[in-house]
Amino acid sequence: MKRLITPLTGADVEDLRVGDRLLLSGKVYTARDAAHKRLVDLIEQNKPLPIDLEGQVIYYVGPAPARPQAVIGPAGPTTSYRMDPYTPPLLALGLKCMIGKGPRSPEVLAALKEHRAVYCAAVGGAAALLAKHIKQARVIAYPDLGTEALRELVVEDFPVIVVNDCHGGDLYEEGAARYRRTGSTD
Amino acid sequence: MRQISCAEIVRTVSSLCLKANSELGPDVMCALEGALAQEESPVGRDILRQILDNHRLAAEEGIPMCQDTGMAVVFLELGQDVHIVGGDLTEAINEGVRQGYTEGYLRKSVVADPLRRVNTDDNTPAVIHIQVVPGNRLKITVAPKGGGSENMSALAMLPPAAGEEGLRRFVLEQVERAGPNPCPPVVVGVGLGGNFEKVAYLAKKALLRPLGEEHPDPFYARLERELLTEINDLGIGPQGLGGRITALAVHIEVYPCHITGMPVAVNMNCHAARHQTAVL
Ligand code: SF4
Repeated sequence: MKRLITPLTGADVEDLRVGDRLLLSGKVYTARDAAHKRLVDLIEQNKPLPIDLEGQVIYYVGPAPARPQAVIGPAGPTTSYRMDPYTPPLLALGLKCMIGKGPRSPEVLAALKEHRAVYCAAVGGAAALLAKHIKQARVIAYPDLGTEALRELVVEDFPVIVVNDCHGGDLYEEGAARYRRTGSTD
Repeated sequence: MRQISCAEIVRTVSSLCLKANSELGPDVMCALEGALAQEESPVGRDILRQILDNHRLAAEEGIPMCQDTGMAVVFLELGQDVHIVGGDLTEAINEGVRQGYTEGYLRKSVVADPLRRVNTDDNTPAVIHIQVVPGNRLKITVAPKGGGSENMSALAMLPPAAGEEGLRRFVLEQVERAGPNPCPPVVVGVGLGGNFEKVAYLAKKALLRPLGEEHPDPFYARLERELLTEINDLGIGPQGLGGRITALAVHIEVYPCHITGMPVAVNMNCHAARHQTAVL
């Protein structure tokens, strides 16, 4: 178990390897498909983004509604591949880590190596538990998107697993291969 | 004729939506404990511990275990001697879903139209299956179903010659193709036989059977055990990150079919294998 504070430095990222279990603390941004599309549209138009991405972490999540008094509703990861087309331009601007679930496209994997960044998984369906590690949440852009708005979270010991490191490792491939006991079905 | 009022149905469906989203059956918790005891991968064990902690926390606090609180699938077993009074049955079920999802701070995940995609904002309509049975009771089961696992489901009209081997291949291919997406460890519901629409229904129905209960026919009980072993030998593991436990169970539901075909369907459920039942 490694503890890391966000924003991440280049050295933090170089040290990470697939299968590392991390506890993240600090600021993390949330965005899903719709918010990603808006960010990438701004980049294409050469306009400033609502956040500086250097060293930052984006968590792919669309939380359930918060109850009165609660910081945020249950907030587990959503499937990451929907963000794949928008991801390389964000990595080019210094984004260092993404948290979601499920495999990424070859383009994203190549961009992780090129721009020295990592992709991590949070446990899908552990939304109640993960929400307990979120200490503050505020919408900082795109409130019209509701659950998909761009939020700034402050997390404490938020548990994630490194799936793709910046050295080309891929835990979806390596993990299944390690525990497989048969030939492939095709 | 025994009378059951729509108001009572609304209340029951609403509370089942809340309960199903925050509490798993003891069978699922027990299967997850068993998975933790058997898992060899350290990352896999860590994930299973988080899943168990999550489900306990959700049940204690009465909050949803997953942010995807699903589309509500509602199964009714309606006694033929029951008279529903005070309104429209379908509307009562949808009103129950509306109230449960709105008052319970559950996520609204239903769009009114598959192409135009505007959210209905109250998670209605539900998908409703009604079966008329002997007696004067009404059994209501609410099974919220998330997108991650539902989207990894599939159906094939196999030729009879495909046989047991064809069935195995099809099921294994679906689990392998799904990989991490349905949030393993999964429960694999398999429908076999009937016709095109019946087989999909059977696969869904298979997910309602308590974990640990085998098919009553020893032939299918054996097939379920063998398929479970073969699935777990794929190595996909908890969350697809590698491990010995990919599925908690395989349930097969069977129905007679036409001499020319062998329909098969696979409906995946995630570890948040949610369903709650009440009898009125
Ligand atoms: S597949 Fe199940 S556990 Fe995973 S995010 Fe969807 S509803 Fe939640």
